[in-house]
Amino acid sequence: MENLSYLFAAYTVIFAVIFFYVLFLWRRQARLDEELRSLESGLRMVREELAERGATRSQASR
Amino acid sequence: MNRNAIDSLGLVTLVLMVAALFMVFVYVPTEAVQGIVQRIFYFHVPCAWVAFAAFALVAISGIFYLWLGQQVWDDLGYAAAETGMIFCTLVLVTGSIWARPIWGAWWTWDSRLTTTLILWLLYGGYLMLRAMADDTPQIARFAAVVGIVAAADVPIIIISVRLWRTIHPAVLVTRQGSHGLEDPRMVATLLVSMAAFTALFVWLLMLRFVTLRTRTRLNFLAGELGRTRAAVGDL
Repeated sequence: MENLSYLFAAYTVIFAVIFFYVLFLWRRQARLDEELRSLESGLRMVREELAERGATRSQASR
Repeated sequence: MNRNAIDSLGLVTLVLMVAALFMVFVYVPTEAVQGIVQRIFYFHVPCAWVAFAAFALVAISGIFYLWLGQQVWDDLGYAAAETGMIFCTLVLVTGSIWARPIWGAWWTWDSRLTTTLILWLLYGGYLMLRAMADDTPQIARFAAVVGIVAAADVPIIIISVRLWRTIHPAVLVTRQGSHGLEDPRMVATLLVSMAAFTALFVWLLMLRFVTLRTRTRLNFLAGELGRTRAAVGDL
């Protein structure tokens, strides 16, 4: 069992790096999804306002 | 991209990885000369394989981006470069850990090690460019060119053991033409590890690609929101 510590170190590094990278990706994706939801709802509200104002103006012009 | 497909691939990766670990630590016989530390090889070589595949994908995506100008190719190239960088780092680190007990040194300026370090530095530069510069089409074009030029180092690394004198073991491409693995259980373990790492690479690539596509959509929606707000202000 000579050099077991080197074997252990190599496999630990591999799984630690992959674990932290996946964790980083999941957290980043969760943050982006949240931003996307807020932006989409903001855009929906502005579009509704735009449609409302357009309808009011066309009624007023008649 | 379908999230169920990504989750399914994650599960397949997990199963393959458990199988590979079982084969590495239980099934495969210990190598006669190097002893137990040679088992690093079964994850070191697959890391190199997926790093090379990733950088080849960066070059292919770069060519398509320069040709078609579609954002999706830029996102794919960026995702492949980042994923490839993870595996290239693991190749260098595990190789160094393996070298210490076998060669008596953490690092030596051997042709294969040096060309691999050059590859790592080239794609490190690519990722620094992407991280520090704005997301403009000009930067994307520049990054595509860097990605294509840097990939030229991959075939040099592969044939470096034939071109120059080296102490790096040539397992897959030996000067004698044999694969260097005499026991069939060693070959089987290497193949399962290769499959596990290929699945892991595709899974990580898909995860990263999805984040980049989401970011692209965010940028588009932010522009759309600005334009719509301006239209509301005009009324």
